[in-house]
This record gives sequence, structure tokens and C-alpha cells, in this order.
Amino acid sequence: MHEMSLAEGVLQIIEETAEVEGFQAVRKVTLEIGQLAAVEPEAMRFCFDAAMRGSLAEGAELEIVEVPGSGWCVECATTVPMPEIIAACPYCGNCQLQATGGMEMKVTSLEVE
Amino acid sequence: MCTTCGCQSGEIHNDNDEHEHVGPDGLVYRHTHHSPHGHARDHEQHRKHAHESTRLVQIERDILAKNNAFAAANRQRFEQDGVLALNLVSSPGSGKTALLVRTIAALHDKTPLAVIEGDQQTSLDAERIRSAGAQAVQINTGKSCHLDAQRVQEALGELNPLPESIMFIENVGNLVCPAAFDLGEAAKVVILSVTEGEDKPLKYPDMFRAARLMLLNKCDLLPHLQFDVQQVLGNARRVNPAIEVLQISATTGEGMAAWLDWLRRELTAVLAKRNESIAALKRRVAELEAQLETQLRAQQTAAE
Repeated sequence: MHEMSLAEGVLQIIEETAEVEGFQAVRKVTLEIGQLAAVEPEAMRFCFDAAMRGSLAEGAELEIVEVPGSGWCVECATTVPMPEIIAACPYCGNCQLQATGGMEMKVTSLEVE
Repeated sequence: MCTTCGCQSGEIHNDNDEHEHVGPDGLVYRHTHHSPHGHARDHEQHRKHAHESTRLVQIERDILAKNNAFAAANRQRFEQDGVLALNLVSSPGSGKTALLVRTIAALHDKTPLAVIEGDQQTSLDAERIRSAGAQAVQINTGKSCHLDAQRVQEALGELNPLPESIMFIENVGNLVCPAAFDLGEAAKVVILSVTEGEDKPLKYPDMFRAARLMLLNKCDLLPHLQFDVQQVLGNARRVNPAIEVLQISATTGEGMAAWLDWLRRELTAVLAKRNESIAALKRRVAELEAQLETQLRAQQTAAE
């Protein structure tokens, strides 16, 4: 359940941004989570609500934008979709894909007032 | 609140469902839900008015940035001091502490060793490590399921690992969460015991992908189990083609020599890297001194 630590990290980013931007409340938080980032969106939602309680983002809506995973296939010398850590190249069936995208965990925007 | 459009402040509804509401700017917004055309236009105004009180802040910040900054500081400290730091990860009961106790017994009179013990509760493991002959600090993570780089930095302040030593960080027994948290280690070492099943690397691919070395522990039990070593090796390499594997038993000492060799080799690599960066810094200092000398001479010539 490391999603709780991640949710606490999100809260810290919100609080730091509030100091710079001078807002009092957050209506909506948008995260970008890669398919290969080992984050379970449902667990993240559950922890998000718990972590935001009593903060300036209490009750804020959480939007999770899932970024598709992609990997490099050495055999085909091309980038292919990689929905899971253990994935085979859809063209040649090669299992050894090097993950190149979809590992991000970012706070991308806040709707504030 | 209007359940169709959600407008809240000061709305007045009549029988035709036409209603108006007054915004904080004093403007009156009127719309009816029977006219789709007017409704859409009113909603455009509505959104405009909503945007006056809320705004969008674009930030693009990595959620793990804080942990990664602490990890980078830890890594720099380890590299400068020539400390080989290893993050030991596994499920609970794989034999991490037993492995450490045996490793300490074999190495502690030749190489300084220090251990950070991560557990949810108790300092039982740190006590076992201390009585084996290494310095140890226990971190109780409480509700957290993994160590983070900040906790490790605090523990380093207490431990002060000696230069040219090995620092073992025994993470919380958990094959999921510690994979995401860099502690500043040179490598993650995943310990899998043969009583756990061959499919663990496939079930917990993130951890096996993040590890440089897999120690297959409790190999003394193989004659009593139906455990296919080739299958587990295949599974681990399917997840991480570059993973190194050693078969050991922390109880009987089988395979320990290879593990100790691995440690010595990695420590040598860390020291070589440190010496290289010291040499590079010395070269840079010499270069800058030469440059300074040339400029001073030029200045002197100009003054004459």
C-alpha cells in the first residue's frame, strides 16, 4: 500500500504550490500515472481521500490520467505498446522489451480557488 | 441546487423550470432547461462565471521527487565515502537477517560493516545484527510498508558508516512497495527462498526488474521440496534479462563464498569509481591552476 506514501507526496506538492500560488482550497487534482508505474488507481483514490482529509484539498476530485506503457523491441528496432511489465512485442513475440514510457507519476494540474 | 446544471447561488426556479441566479459579480444569469439552445449558451456564461472563482494551476511535479532528492544525496555521500550500499528486499521470512548474520560473521574482521534494519515494529533484528558484530540502527516504519530515502538519511546520521565499508539496508519484508522507493543504494538485492514458489518473479515483476542480483536462499531444503530451480531462473530472466543469480543457504553456508566474492567485487568497483573521480578532480584542479597561472602572467606582462 505505498499509494498512501504517494498520496502524502501529492499533498505535500499541493501545500508547496499553495504557498507559491496563494490559493486556499483545491477543487480538483489531476495526476498522470504511467501504466508501468506500479500504482493501482483504485488504491490511489482510496488513499487520496484519506490523505487529503483535514487539508486544503479535503473533498477534492481526483482525476487520474493513465499514460500508456511503451517499450523498445531490440529485434524490431521500434517502439511498441507495453501494457504490462512482462509483455511480449506484438510483432515478433520477443519478451524482452525495454520499458521506455509509462513510468511517470506526476501531479500535472490543480483546480484551485 | 439545480440538479440539471448544478448552479447554486441565489437561483429562482419558476414552473417552466426557467431559473436565474446572481453571481458574485452581481450579474444575473437566467436559463431554462426546456430550451437546449438557450441552455447551452447559458451554460457557457455559467462556466465563464465559475472560472472567475476557480483557476487551473499547471505544475508537472513528480510525486517521488522529494524521495528521489534524498536518495540522490545519500548516493552522493556513499560514493564520496567509498561505501557500498545495498538495499536488501524480499518477502517476509526469506532469510534476510539470517543471511546478514552469516555475512557479518565472515566479513566483519576484514571490512567495516553497518546495517540499517527496517521493520514495521520491534528492534529484534537490529539486536541480532549487533550481536553478530556490526553496527546497526533500527528504523520502525510504523504504518508504512517500505523504507524511504529520508528515513535512511536520518539513520546514516546516527550510524556514520566508515569509509570503504559495506552498508546493508534491510528493507521491510514486502515484494511490492520498496521497488518504487530509491534509497540511494548502489544496487537492490532481492532474496527469494525456495519455499516460496517458482512464480514469484512473475507475480512481483517490479521488484525483480529493479534488482541487480537475486539470491536464491534456503537451497539446503531443495531435496525436500518440489521446486524447479531452472524454472525460477527462467522466470527471473524473463522479467529482468540482466539479473545475476546466486544459489545460497544462509543456514549451511552453501554458496556463501560466491556471495562474499560478489560483495568484494562490488566494493572494489565503488572504490575504483571514487578514486577515478578524485583523480578527475585533481586533473581539473591542475588544469585550473595552469589557466590561472597563464592569466596572471598575461596580466603581469600587460602591467609592465
